[in-house]
Amino acid sequence: MKLRAQALLTATIAALTSVGTPVGAADTIKVGVLHSLSGTMAISETTLKDTMLMLIDEQNKKGGLLGKKLEAVVVDPASNWPLFAEKARQLLEKDKVAAVFGCWTSVSRKSVLPVFEELNGLLFYPVQYEGEESSKNVFYTGAAPNQQAIPAVDYLMNDIKVKRWVLAGTDYVYPRTTNKILEAYLKAKGVAAEDIMINYTPFGHSDWQSIVADIKKFGSTGKKTAVVSTINGDANVPFYKELGNQGVKAEDTPVVAFSVGEEELSGIDTKPLVGHLAAWNYFMSVDVPINKEFIKTWHGYIKNPKRVTNDPMEAHYIGFNMWVKAVEKAKSTDPAAVQKAIIGVEAPNLTGGTAKMLANHHITKPVLIGEIQGDGQFETVWQTEGLVPGDAWSDFLPDSKIIEADWTDKLNCGNYNTVTKKCSGQNF
Amino acid sequence: MDRRAARGHRAPLVVLSLLASLACAVPGRADDAALIAGLEDLKSSSFATKGGAVAKIADSGAARALPILHALLAGHLFLRQADGVFLIAADDTAESTMSDAVTGTDLGTVERGDLKKIGINNQMRGGLTTALARLSLRDPHAGARTLAVESLYTSLNDETLTLLRDALADERDDGVRAALQTALALADLDSPAADTRRAAVTVLGASMHSEVRNKLEAHLATADDGTPHEPDAAVRQAATDALASIDRMRTVYGLVETVFFGLSLGFVLVLAATGLAITFGVMGVINMAHGELMMLGAYATWLVQQAMPHHLELSLFAAIPVAFLVSGLAGIAIERGVVRFLYGRPLETLLATFGLSLILQQGVRSIFSPLNRAVATPQWMSGQLVLNGALAITYNRLYIIVFSILVFLALVAILRFTTLGLQVRAVSQNRGMARAMGVRAGWVDAMTFGLGSGVAGLAGVALSQLTNVGPNLGQSHIVDSFMVVVFGGVGNLWGTLVAGLSLGIANKFLEPFAGAVLAKISVLVFIILFIQRRPRGLFPHRGRAADA
Repeated sequence: MKLRAQALLTATIAALTSVGTPVGAADTIKVGVLHSLSGTMAISETTLKDTMLMLIDEQNKKGGLLGKKLEAVVVDPASNWPLFAEKARQLLEKDKVAAVFGCWTSVSRKSVLPVFEELNGLLFYPVQYEGEESSKNVFYTGAAPNQQAIPAVDYLMNDIKVKRWVLAGTDYVYPRTTNKILEAYLKAKGVAAEDIMINYTPFGHSDWQSIVADIKKFGSTGKKTAVVSTINGDANVPFYKELGNQGVKAEDTPVVAFSVGEEELSGIDTKPLVGHLAAWNYFMSVDVPINKEFIKTWHGYIKNPKRVTNDPMEAHYIGFNMWVKAVEKAKSTDPAAVQKAIIGVEAPNLTGGTAKMLANHHITKPVLIGEIQGDGQFETVWQTEGLVPGDAWSDFLPDSKIIEADWTDKLNCGNYNTVTKKCSGQNF
Repeated sequence: MDRRAARGHRAPLVVLSLLASLACAVPGRADDAALIAGLEDLKSSSFATKGGAVAKIADSGAARALPILHALLAGHLFLRQADGVFLIAADDTAESTMSDAVTGTDLGTVERGDLKKIGINNQMRGGLTTALARLSLRDPHAGARTLAVESLYTSLNDETLTLLRDALADERDDGVRAALQTALALADLDSPAADTRRAAVTVLGASMHSEVRNKLEAHLATADDGTPHEPDAAVRQAATDALASIDRMRTVYGLVETVFFGLSLGFVLVLAATGLAITFGVMGVINMAHGELMMLGAYATWLVQQAMPHHLELSLFAAIPVAFLVSGLAGIAIERGVVRFLYGRPLETLLATFGLSLILQQGVRSIFSPLNRAVATPQWMSGQLVLNGALAITYNRLYIIVFSILVFLALVAILRFTTLGLQVRAVSQNRGMARAMGVRAGWVDAMTFGLGSGVAGLAGVALSQLTNVGPNLGQSHIVDSFMVVVFGGVGNLWGTLVAGLSLGIANKFLEPFAGAVLAKISVLVFIILFIQRRPRGLFPHRGRAADA
């Protein structure tokens, strides 16, 4: 009831304040930016809007694209899932943008998906997610589970010799799916059921006393224990505070998180967290020239030398450059042409390697494990040898390991069943 | 056993004590050579090599080993790349003075551009903690010594046992003696003599440490062919009894712990709801912006901390009056500007204050950015009070319970014993009559609303220590606050207290069985059913005032 009333009001406000009404100048290429600037998700998404504006700005300084200037069309879906779909429609139908960069939560992506498929738009989605999807119209520049969760568990199992596992997550689709994959993976590796503890908490959970006490008890049996955390957003701060206060130390029971990056840490006093882990495909602390350059440009653009960079920002950086290259290759911004051209396109990532767009619309990424430092940065303690190709459909779930995604002419399907040899009816 | 205090003072004292003990040993050149070799390994980028370096430095016996290891653990050890000299920073700040790691000479402030921090990972951190514990067995603080002994429970070997036996001979403190005896008993459990094992079991039966329980459980295991690990039947029986008694005690302590968790959750609810109990309960105004007033209090705390970066420990005390005033004034402004035109029209009040809450949220987003702000926790509020191996109470929760009780009692006292309190009660009971007696009803309304809002600000100070300080802080607490007030009985402060505490405890007892999500749902369902049967809550107002 309260939520609906709120949705209505935020919708009205957002509609009134929607930024960047474009005046149809024919000599520009429009790029849509669909990130929440108000509401609960503004905390994460506002930075990505700024990143996109910076990337577009930089591209224009280099002379634009196909001889035209790029023009950003920024809309505010206000953390409201149905409004995401409305705004996406507005971007594609009214503003006629060439591509959209946006969304953060999986539910917002699922909400805009039918719109992009109906109007054949292009969406670049920059956040790590649960996989089990491959749409013709979406390019997933964040990590799939095999580019984040699985390597992190491998690291804990092989390097830290973890024997007991706590899978703690917020109660929604990303943690549920990721934990399902991880549970299947751990069991396949011979971990007994009693050595896995799974725990879900509501959004914004703030009282972690009992759960941390349970984790402590679970970890006190003498076997090395680790917590794999898919706890989302604001719930992390009280969780880590409670861990620190109850004396759960990283050297005894490390917590590896998939949703805690530099940006989230900038809102926490990190002293009690030192040594806890996070798995990402990029850390701000990675010491390579291209990353230093990026950070310098970012600080110059945002005019605040204290702002941090993070993994989804890198994903937008890669996604944007891939789109630029694909447009140059296709010599057109027509979505159908770009969809064809972008597969196989390579663009530099910010950790010194090269990302490649795969036929399943996911990209190749290195996986990095970092330990939290006292200054809110990560120290890389492990990374994969080479690049890991993103896998849309997990190989560890019986239902999805037989599914394949390939958008080249070979299959031209996002969910091809290799057993029945059929492309299932749905579009994605 | 104050471990928190011990931790704060340990480092410098350990250095002193070690220096003193090593002064007699006369550090020879061989020690320093081992130290230099260890430091050389620290230059490596491989964590395995660096871990070996820690062991080398710890075993070198050099006087500088301890300060170097402490600096490494704290992230204060730097390498000057130009000449390969190791430096130790005095503190975390960028202007910190440096000293030479090997000689200890003070170098003042040093150009930082060329310095590289020696990074460590978790394995190294574990190794460092154990190495430092071994060197801290003679620490002057009993708490630090106990911690040192306990950290050796898992690494008992001939070398550490000799150290522990020597320590036991000189130890005067009962707590440390018990820990030392437990450590030795853990080793004795593997002794070939049945009597020694039996004596060990008796000692272990008194310890609540989880390591002891694990060891006893492992001792009682039977091999695959059915032969028990413990050959002597009498010892086996004693060990079984000891384990059972430990488990019984752990269950009791577990219960105490759950009650504490429940109380602490309950008092947070009470703190968040008392402000509302005044504005909603006493005045009958449905203030949806109540959560945002808490948010303002939390932001005020952050601002105060930013204003006094060198007095972190005191900043919370300074924040209390500031947060009260900021939220209180905002409350008065809301009452005078909006609410007073809407008395008697609850639906419109609800909508108007809801709109206000959105404006306040977005306002904070525009001014402070949508990112959360980091409010630091002072040293005296972090860590926990360890009562025994099975029960520990976190300080932040403990202080918040105390704070919440104080705020509650102060409010009760204000309403009961002050003129303002008398007038508030008069106006809420019979407005017309109160005005006829010369009470300025409008002024009283503003003050009451301000008081309730100020208390919300105080709740914000407490919440800044538990959760995020961000634009969404209010939203996540407003529903709970209304729930507590309605359940307790509108217009009754004591009802709010009882309701908050019982909801907190019920939640914590449900959580282990039902999980956090289901526990929350069942509490909500319970309240809905309860309100159906008793619409006026636990402690309803009786008489005419209730109908006003």
